[in-house]
Amino acid sequence: MQLTQKHHEYWNRNLKVTAVLLALWFVVTFVMGYFARELNGITILGFPFGFYMSAQGSLIIYVVIIWYYAHYMNNLDKEYGVHEGEDE
Amino acid sequence: MAMTQSTAAFTKQLTKYYSFYTGGFIAFVIAVAILEQMGVPNKILGYIFLGFTILLYAGIGFMSKTAEVSEYYVAGRRVPAFFNGMATGADWMSAASFIGMAGTLYLSGYDGLAFVLGWTGGYCLVALFLAPYLRKFGQFTIPDFLGARFGGHIPRLIGVFAAIICSFTYVIAQIYGVGLITSRFTGLEFEIGVFVGLAGIMVCSFLGGMKAVTWTQVAQYIILIIAYMIPVVWLSLHHGFGPVPQVAYGYALQKVTDREKVLNDKATPDGAREESVRQIFRDRAAAADAKLKGLETGGPGFLAEQKKQLEDKAAALRAAEPVDAKAIAAAEKSVKDFPVDAAVAKKQWTADKGVAARAAPIKPHAQPFVGKDEKASDIARKNFLTLIFCLMVGTAALPHILMRYYTTPSVKDARQSVFWSLFFIFLLYFTAPCLAVLAKFDVYTVLVGSKFSELPAWVSAWATVDKTLMNISDINGDGIVQLAEIVIGGDLIVLATPEIAGLPYVITGLVAAGGLAAALSTADGLLLTIANAMSHDLYYKMIDPLASTTRRLAVSKGLLLVVAVVAAYVTSLKPGDILFLVGAAFSLAASSFFPALVCGVFWRRANKLGAILGMLGGLGICMYYMYMTYPFFGVNAPLWWDILPISAGIFGIPVGFIGVIIGTLISAPPSKEVQELVDHVRYPNLEGDIDTVGT
Repeated sequence: MQLTQKHHEYWNRNLKVTAVLLALWFVVTFVMGYFARELNGITILGFPFGFYMSAQGSLIIYVVIIWYYAHYMNNLDKEYGVHEGEDE
Repeated sequence: MAMTQSTAAFTKQLTKYYSFYTGGFIAFVIAVAILEQMGVPNKILGYIFLGFTILLYAGIGFMSKTAEVSEYYVAGRRVPAFFNGMATGADWMSAASFIGMAGTLYLSGYDGLAFVLGWTGGYCLVALFLAPYLRKFGQFTIPDFLGARFGGHIPRLIGVFAAIICSFTYVIAQIYGVGLITSRFTGLEFEIGVFVGLAGIMVCSFLGGMKAVTWTQVAQYIILIIAYMIPVVWLSLHHGFGPVPQVAYGYALQKVTDREKVLNDKATPDGAREESVRQIFRDRAAAADAKLKGLETGGPGFLAEQKKQLEDKAAALRAAEPVDAKAIAAAEKSVKDFPVDAAVAKKQWTADKGVAARAAPIKPHAQPFVGKDEKASDIARKNFLTLIFCLMVGTAALPHILMRYYTTPSVKDARQSVFWSLFFIFLLYFTAPCLAVLAKFDVYTVLVGSKFSELPAWVSAWATVDKTLMNISDINGDGIVQLAEIVIGGDLIVLATPEIAGLPYVITGLVAAGGLAAALSTADGLLLTIANAMSHDLYYKMIDPLASTTRRLAVSKGLLLVVAVVAAYVTSLKPGDILFLVGAAFSLAASSFFPALVCGVFWRRANKLGAILGMLGGLGICMYYMYMTYPFFGVNAPLWWDILPISAGIFGIPVGFIGVIIGTLISAPPSKEVQELVDHVRYPNLEGDIDTVGT
């Protein structure tokens, strides 16, 4: 089993999207959590913003992160011909 | 091609079955509601609810019985992404999520959100780092992966050990929840409730292993989500916040915040009444403190003197005219209850001093990291963030969750399945903060300020049933309820919501059934993980690799029974605090598994020595810190950087990674076969690929 240039490219793109989504996850969770006291000064739809992000906002972003990853990778599989045969 | 059609047909069939099931369940609830209107007593309704749902799970378990290894361990690897998501949701959401979460948020406000964040955001790590790769590897257990990737028995054995430790800690908390619900709604003893609940768990998993557990978990998810949503929506309508409280509760939060300000402000009439109650608590605490100081300086002499004073007072009352029987009885009681020796006195007065906590002003719900000064607030923030981190990494390392991604038909389905998992979990976690605020709104605006002679029905009902959940007494004797006069136990919020919203008892029964579903489904997944680690990894892979299929399954089922009974026995001894047990399981899993699993996929060079050092180091430091700092063990060593013992994983995880790196770099790179395995798991499909799927 010899990996081709294309295979390495696939893996690098996977790493890249993983890193970007992980960074987003980190900012939403830890950076916003760290500044929750300050963010609470902003009010949106009746919610203090820092509270809202931790109670609900971040959760929505997590769901979107995972959806995007699945969507992106399933397309990437096809683009690089490493998808599983059964759903052709 | 044929495979696609059968998968599609299978999904369609499942959708049909579960739609019928959901409809049938709703019809059942309506039927019970009619029984209630006909005057059937609540206790009988409770029995009907719990009995019916357990029979239902047993029925599904029986229909899913199997004698095939891959069906028993991984449900035949044909669970569609959507249904695997539901099953994972039920597997994931435990009694702590269903019953405890909203209560934690009610009691601790913003700071409780660490659990909401930690238990959802962890799925990002599952999706990005583990699920697709484990699915491609495609065997039966997490130690399987460690064994194949790092070679030899030692990594597998450590994996088995860690899987058992964290799953066992976690399962105790679940069975505890089962016992609590069963005993509360049927009136059975807690210990009997535990074993009744256990029977419910066993019928789901014994005959059909993972296959049965999967299909029961889907059924349990449907019940638990219906049971969670109905009361919340109703409560919201009841208070005029509309049918989508998850979006509209900002308005309720504003009102709660305004009310907090009024109650904390001594200048307002309501605030002044609160203050009078707090003053009574402060006085009591000060009196207790004075007695403690007296005991310290005066010793036994002080104790005798105090007792003498009480006796004199009782004697004076007896001699006085007119006779005040009530006052005499009270004085005699205080003489009788007087601590017998210095040790008892110290304990009792220290507890009395604790009422000072009830004199504290109300903590604003939406305010993060409340502390008496900036330093305390920063420490709270540090613990908030580290707890989130441990819970998230633990989520991505708990074997009973990762195992679920072995059951999908393909890598693609595994990725989508993580999305569905989080989506279904999200529905409940997105609602919990809203329920906490709505309940607070009700208590702050309706209950506080009402008259003791006209308490709402749910308050007096719960106050008589269980003082730990609802304790209310007229401390300052003004006949009006003040917030400082109420002590609420966290579990009350979810359990009492139907009554607060004015719903009939049938919905309370439904909530109990939902809580039971949550606890049972998680316990199922955990027990199966423990039994599989022992039967598959220990027995089949290490002791007797030639064992026949029948024998493997027989060993597995036998172990399942033994583990379940041991777990129930340990639970009936009521060890420790539930939330700590759950948190501990996450820190333990995070420290032992996460570094080795992630490096196994993302670092080709990682090898056996690295895995061994990383897993042992991470687990070791995590257990050491818990042992040294958690009060239960009695060592009470000083904390490291003010980190609480529940977040011990914050030390275990980095040590785990450092262990993997050091161990790997000081020993030879892994063999060519292992490197091929790494490529194998990284690409969903490769030409000339090796095959690792377990049969």
